[in-house]
Amino acid sequence: MTTNAIKASAVGSTILPAVFALILGLGVVTVTGHAQASGLHDAAHDVRHATGFPCH
Amino acid sequence: MTLLTMCATQLAFPATKTMFSRILTSALFAGAAAGLIAALLQLYFVQPVLLHAELYEGGDLVHFGADPVTAHPELPGMFAEPVRDGLSIIFTMLTYTGYALALVALMSIAEQQGREINGRTGLLWGLAGFVAFHFAPGLSLAPEVPGVAAADVGVRQVWWTATVATAGVAMWLIAFGGNLVSYLIAAGLLIAPHVVGAPEPDTFAGPVPTEIGALFAARAFGIGMAAWVLLGSFAGYFWQAEGKRANAAA
Repeated sequence: MTTNAIKASAVGSTILPAVFALILGLGVVTVTGHAQASGLHDAAHDVRHATGFPCH
Repeated sequence: MTLLTMCATQLAFPATKTMFSRILTSALFAGAAAGLIAALLQLYFVQPVLLHAELYEGGDLVHFGADPVTAHPELPGMFAEPVRDGLSIIFTMLTYTGYALALVALMSIAEQQGREINGRTGLLWGLAGFVAFHFAPGLSLAPEVPGVAAADVGVRQVWWTATVATAGVAMWLIAFGGNLVSYLIAAGLLIAPHVVGAPEPDTFAGPVPTEIGALFAARAFGIGMAAWVLLGSFAGYFWQAEGKRANAAA
Protein backbone atom coordinates (compact mmCIF):
# COMPACT_ATOMS: atom_id res chain seq x y z
CA MET A 1 0.00 0.00 0.00
CA THR A 2 1.36 3.41 -0.86
CA THR A 3 1.53 6.16 1.77
CA ASN A 4 -1.35 7.95 0.09
CA ALA A 5 -3.50 4.86 0.11
CA ILE A 6 -2.77 4.31 3.81
CA LYS A 7 -3.68 7.92 4.53
CA ALA A 8 -6.82 7.59 2.45
CA SER A 9 -7.86 4.45 4.27
CA ALA A 10 -7.33 6.12 7.65
CA VAL A 11 -9.51 9.06 6.66
CA GLY A 12 -12.05 6.82 4.93
CA SER A 13 -12.41 4.51 7.90
CA THR A 14 -13.56 7.42 10.06
CA ILE A 15 -15.29 9.82 7.69
CA LEU A 16 -17.20 7.45 5.41
CA PRO A 17 -19.11 5.59 8.14
CA ALA A 18 -19.99 8.96 9.71
CA VAL A 19 -21.29 10.28 6.38
CA PHE A 20 -23.36 7.13 5.80
CA ALA A 21 -24.80 7.26 9.33
CA LEU A 22 -25.59 10.96 8.96
CA ILE A 23 -27.47 10.39 5.69
CA LEU A 24 -29.27 7.37 7.15
CA GLY A 25 -30.29 9.33 10.24
CA LEU A 26 -31.56 12.34 8.31
CA GLY A 27 -33.38 9.93 5.97
CA VAL A 28 -35.18 8.32 8.91
CA VAL A 29 -36.16 11.75 10.29
CA THR A 30 -37.45 12.79 6.84
CA VAL A 31 -39.65 9.69 6.61
CA THR A 32 -41.06 9.91 10.15
CA GLY A 33 -41.33 13.70 10.21
CA HIS A 34 -41.98 14.92 6.69
CA ALA A 35 -43.18 12.24 4.25
CA GLN A 36 -46.74 13.17 3.24
CA ALA A 37 -47.92 9.66 2.21
CA SER A 38 -51.31 9.42 3.88
CA GLY A 39 -50.69 6.21 5.86
CA LEU A 40 -47.41 7.55 7.21
CA HIS A 41 -48.96 10.92 7.96
CA ASP A 42 -51.84 9.39 9.94
CA ALA A 43 -49.57 7.06 11.90
CA ALA A 44 -47.07 9.78 12.74
CA HIS A 45 -49.66 12.57 13.14
CA ASP A 46 -49.49 13.09 16.92
CA VAL A 47 -45.69 12.72 16.96
CA ARG A 48 -45.25 15.33 14.23
CA HIS A 49 -47.33 17.84 16.15
CA ALA A 50 -45.68 17.08 19.50
CA THR A 51 -42.18 17.20 17.98
CA GLY A 52 -42.71 20.48 16.16
CA PHE A 53 -42.61 19.23 12.56
CA PRO A 54 -44.80 21.09 10.04
CA CYS A 55 -47.72 18.65 9.78
CA HIS A 56 -50.68 19.63 7.61
CA MET B 1 -9.32 6.29 -8.83
CA THR B 2 -12.87 7.49 -9.16
CA LEU B 3 -14.74 8.57 -6.07
CA LEU B 4 -17.06 5.60 -6.32
CA THR B 5 -14.33 2.97 -6.46
CA MET B 6 -12.56 4.79 -3.63
CA CYS B 7 -15.70 4.57 -1.50
CA ALA B 8 -16.13 0.90 -2.40
CA THR B 9 -12.50 0.18 -1.49
CA GLN B 10 -12.85 2.02 1.80
CA LEU B 11 -15.91 0.03 2.76
CA ALA B 12 -13.91 -3.18 2.52
CA PHE B 13 -11.49 -2.07 5.27
CA PRO B 14 -12.21 -3.74 8.62
CA ALA B 15 -11.60 -0.41 10.38
CA THR B 16 -14.43 1.15 8.35
CA LYS B 17 -16.80 -1.68 9.25
CA THR B 18 -15.86 -1.49 12.93
CA MET B 19 -16.47 2.25 12.95
CA PHE B 20 -19.81 1.91 11.18
CA SER B 21 -21.08 -0.79 13.53
CA ARG B 22 -19.91 1.27 16.54
CA ILE B 23 -21.93 4.27 15.27
CA LEU B 24 -24.98 2.11 14.48
CA THR B 25 -24.97 0.26 17.80
CA SER B 26 -24.52 3.37 19.95
CA ALA B 27 -27.16 5.28 17.97
CA LEU B 28 -29.72 2.47 18.18
CA PHE B 29 -29.34 2.11 21.96
CA ALA B 30 -29.38 5.87 22.60
CA GLY B 31 -32.20 6.61 20.13
CA ALA B 32 -34.48 3.80 21.34
CA ALA B 33 -33.99 4.71 25.02
CA ALA B 34 -34.39 8.48 24.61
CA GLY B 35 -37.23 7.94 22.11
CA LEU B 36 -39.16 5.72 24.52
CA ILE B 37 -38.80 8.28 27.33
CA ALA B 38 -39.78 11.10 24.94
CA ALA B 39 -42.85 9.14 23.81
CA LEU B 40 -44.04 8.49 27.36
CA LEU B 41 -43.48 12.13 28.36
CA GLN B 42 -45.35 13.28 25.25
CA LEU B 43 -48.26 10.93 25.90
CA TYR B 44 -48.59 12.19 29.46
CA PHE B 45 -47.92 15.92 28.99
CA VAL B 46 -48.58 16.80 25.33
CA GLN B 47 -51.22 14.36 24.09
CA PRO B 48 -54.03 15.57 26.44
CA VAL B 49 -53.47 19.13 25.16
CA LEU B 50 -53.62 17.85 21.55
CA LEU B 51 -56.82 15.89 22.22
CA HIS B 52 -58.33 18.96 23.88
CA ALA B 53 -57.48 21.02 20.78
CA GLU B 54 -59.04 18.38 18.52
CA LEU B 55 -62.38 18.91 20.28
CA TYR B 56 -62.28 22.47 18.91
CA GLU B 57 -60.86 21.37 15.54
CA GLY B 58 -63.76 18.93 15.11
CA GLY B 59 -66.37 21.42 16.31
CA ASP B 60 -67.36 19.49 19.49
CA LEU B 61 -66.42 22.59 21.44
CA VAL B 62 -66.77 26.14 20.14
CA HIS B 63 -64.69 29.01 21.39
CA PHE B 64 -66.38 32.42 21.88
CA GLY B 65 -69.86 31.02 21.38
CA ALA B 66 -72.86 32.28 23.35
CA ASP B 67 -72.04 30.18 26.42
CA PRO B 68 -68.79 29.92 28.36
CA VAL B 69 -66.91 26.67 27.61
CA THR B 70 -65.37 24.58 30.38
CA ALA B 71 -61.56 24.49 30.37
CA HIS B 72 -61.67 20.92 31.68
CA PRO B 73 -63.68 18.71 29.34
CA GLU B 74 -63.65 14.93 29.72
CA LEU B 75 -60.60 13.62 27.81
CA PRO B 76 -59.61 10.03 27.08
CA GLY B 77 -56.90 8.76 29.45
CA MET B 78 -53.39 7.60 28.58
CA PHE B 79 -53.49 4.52 26.27
CA ALA B 80 -57.27 4.92 25.81
CA GLU B 81 -56.52 4.56 22.09
CA PRO B 82 -53.89 1.79 22.09
CA VAL B 83 -53.26 1.69 18.31
CA ARG B 84 -52.93 5.47 17.98
CA ASP B 85 -50.71 5.77 21.07
CA GLY B 86 -48.71 2.65 20.15
CA LEU B 87 -47.96 4.11 16.72
CA SER B 88 -46.93 7.37 18.41
CA ILE B 89 -44.47 5.48 20.61
CA ILE B 90 -42.99 3.62 17.60
CA PHE B 91 -42.67 6.78 15.52
CA THR B 92 -41.14 8.78 18.37
CA MET B 93 -38.55 6.03 18.89
CA LEU B 94 -37.84 5.98 15.14
CA THR B 95 -37.50 9.76 15.01
CA TYR B 96 -35.09 9.84 17.96
CA THR B 97 -33.11 6.97 16.43
CA GLY B 98 -32.77 9.10 13.31
CA TYR B 99 -31.57 12.03 15.42
CA ALA B 100 -29.18 9.66 17.23
CA LEU B 101 -27.62 8.40 13.98
CA ALA B 102 -26.86 11.97 12.90
CA LEU B 103 -25.65 12.92 16.40
CA VAL B 104 -23.33 9.93 16.86
CA ALA B 105 -21.96 10.35 13.33
CA LEU B 106 -20.94 13.92 14.20
CA MET B 107 -19.62 12.78 17.59
CA SER B 108 -17.35 10.27 15.84
CA ILE B 109 -15.91 13.03 13.66
CA ALA B 110 -15.40 15.32 16.68
CA GLU B 111 -13.62 12.55 18.57
CA GLN B 112 -11.25 12.04 15.64
CA GLN B 113 -10.41 15.73 16.05
CA GLY B 114 -9.47 15.13 19.67
CA ARG B 115 -12.72 16.11 21.42
CA GLU B 116 -13.85 14.19 24.45
CA ILE B 117 -17.12 12.32 23.96
CA ASN B 118 -18.87 10.77 26.95
CA GLY B 119 -22.16 10.84 28.83
CA ARG B 120 -21.28 14.17 30.43
CA THR B 121 -20.16 16.10 27.33
CA GLY B 122 -23.11 14.43 25.58
CA LEU B 123 -25.44 16.67 27.61
CA LEU B 124 -24.16 19.67 25.66
CA TRP B 125 -24.45 17.78 22.37
CA GLY B 126 -28.07 17.06 23.23
CA LEU B 127 -28.76 20.68 24.05
CA ALA B 128 -27.19 21.74 20.73
CA GLY B 129 -29.31 19.15 18.92
CA PHE B 130 -32.44 20.51 20.60
CA VAL B 131 -31.57 24.02 19.46
CA ALA B 132 -30.92 22.85 15.88
CA PHE B 133 -33.91 20.52 15.43
CA HIS B 134 -36.60 22.01 17.69
CA PHE B 135 -35.86 25.46 19.00
CA ALA B 136 -34.45 27.18 15.90
CA PRO B 137 -37.29 26.18 13.54
CA GLY B 138 -39.86 26.49 16.37
CA LEU B 139 -38.91 30.09 17.08
CA SER B 140 -40.80 31.15 13.94
CA LEU B 141 -42.84 28.01 13.22
CA ALA B 142 -44.09 27.30 16.74
CA PRO B 143 -45.12 23.72 17.47
CA GLU B 144 -48.77 23.84 16.45
CA VAL B 145 -51.90 22.15 17.71
CA PRO B 146 -54.17 20.52 15.12
CA GLY B 147 -56.59 22.97 13.56
CA VAL B 148 -54.48 26.12 13.48
CA ALA B 149 -54.18 28.17 10.32
CA ALA B 150 -50.82 27.67 8.59
CA ALA B 151 -49.12 28.18 5.24
CA ASP B 152 -48.79 25.32 2.72
CA VAL B 153 -47.08 22.35 4.37
CA GLY B 154 -44.52 21.88 1.56
CA VAL B 155 -43.29 25.47 1.84
CA ARG B 156 -43.05 25.17 5.63
CA GLN B 157 -41.06 21.94 5.28
CA VAL B 158 -38.55 23.67 3.00
CA TRP B 159 -38.15 26.53 5.51
CA TRP B 160 -37.95 24.05 8.41
CA THR B 161 -35.24 22.00 6.66
CA ALA B 162 -33.19 25.07 5.74
CA THR B 163 -33.46 26.42 9.29
CA VAL B 164 -32.40 23.11 10.85
CA ALA B 165 -29.44 22.92 8.45
CA THR B 166 -28.21 26.46 9.14
CA ALA B 167 -28.75 26.09 12.90
CA GLY B 168 -26.90 22.76 12.86
CA VAL B 169 -23.88 24.32 11.17
CA ALA B 170 -24.09 27.26 13.59
CA MET B 171 -24.04 24.97 16.65
CA TRP B 172 -20.96 23.16 15.27
CA LEU B 173 -19.21 26.52 14.69
CA ILE B 174 -20.06 27.71 18.22
CA ALA B 175 -18.79 24.46 19.73
CA PHE B 176 -15.65 23.95 17.65
CA GLY B 177 -14.98 27.13 15.66
CA GLY B 178 -12.79 28.63 18.35
CA ASN B 179 -12.50 32.14 16.90
CA LEU B 180 -14.52 35.32 16.60
CA VAL B 181 -15.20 34.95 12.87
CA SER B 182 -16.83 31.54 13.33
CA TYR B 183 -18.96 32.87 16.19
CA LEU B 184 -20.13 35.77 14.01
CA ILE B 185 -20.94 33.42 11.13
CA ALA B 186 -22.83 31.21 13.59
CA ALA B 187 -24.86 34.17 14.86
CA GLY B 188 -25.68 35.15 11.27
CA LEU B 189 -26.76 31.60 10.43
CA LEU B 190 -29.00 31.43 13.50
CA ILE B 191 -30.68 34.76 12.79
CA ALA B 192 -30.96 34.66 8.97
CA PRO B 193 -33.95 32.26 8.58
CA HIS B 194 -36.00 34.39 10.98
CA VAL B 195 -35.08 37.60 9.16
CA VAL B 196 -36.12 35.95 5.87
CA GLY B 197 -39.25 34.86 7.72
CA ALA B 198 -41.15 31.59 8.01
CA PRO B 199 -44.11 30.93 5.70
CA GLU B 200 -47.23 32.34 7.34
CA PRO B 201 -50.95 31.83 6.62
CA ASP B 202 -52.80 34.59 4.73
CA THR B 203 -55.58 34.69 7.29
CA PHE B 204 -56.10 33.39 10.83
CA ALA B 205 -58.82 30.80 11.06
CA GLY B 206 -57.80 28.60 13.99
CA PRO B 207 -60.76 27.54 16.14
CA VAL B 208 -58.55 26.54 19.12
CA PRO B 209 -58.31 28.87 22.17
CA THR B 210 -54.95 30.58 22.54
CA GLU B 211 -54.52 29.09 26.02
CA ILE B 212 -54.41 25.59 24.52
CA GLY B 213 -52.10 26.62 21.68
CA ALA B 214 -49.63 28.28 24.03
CA LEU B 215 -49.59 25.37 26.48
CA PHE B 216 -49.05 22.95 23.59
CA ALA B 217 -46.06 24.88 22.21
CA ALA B 218 -44.50 25.24 25.67
CA ARG B 219 -44.96 21.55 26.48
CA ALA B 220 -43.63 20.45 23.07
CA PHE B 221 -40.48 22.54 23.61
CA GLY B 222 -40.05 21.36 27.21
CA ILE B 223 -40.39 17.66 26.43
CA GLY B 224 -38.23 18.12 23.32
CA MET B 225 -35.45 19.65 25.40
CA ALA B 226 -35.61 16.96 28.08
CA ALA B 227 -35.58 14.20 25.48
CA TRP B 228 -32.72 15.73 23.46
CA VAL B 229 -30.51 16.26 26.53
CA LEU B 230 -31.09 12.61 27.47
CA LEU B 231 -30.41 11.57 23.87
CA GLY B 232 -27.09 13.43 23.84
CA SER B 233 -26.00 11.96 27.15
CA PHE B 234 -27.03 8.41 26.16
CA ALA B 235 -25.30 8.79 22.78
CA GLY B 236 -22.06 9.95 24.45
CA TYR B 237 -22.25 7.16 27.00
CA PHE B 238 -22.92 4.36 24.50
CA TRP B 239 -20.30 5.74 22.10
CA GLN B 240 -17.72 5.42 24.93
CA ALA B 241 -18.96 2.02 26.04
CA GLU B 242 -19.00 0.61 22.48
CA GLY B 243 -15.48 1.95 21.90
CA LYS B 244 -14.17 0.23 25.02
CA ARG B 245 -15.91 -3.01 24.06
CA ALA B 246 -14.44 -2.92 20.53
CA ASN B 247 -10.96 -2.20 21.92
CA ALA B 248 -11.24 -5.05 24.42
CA ALA B 249 -12.33 -7.42 21.65
CA ALA B 250 -9.49 -6.35 19.32
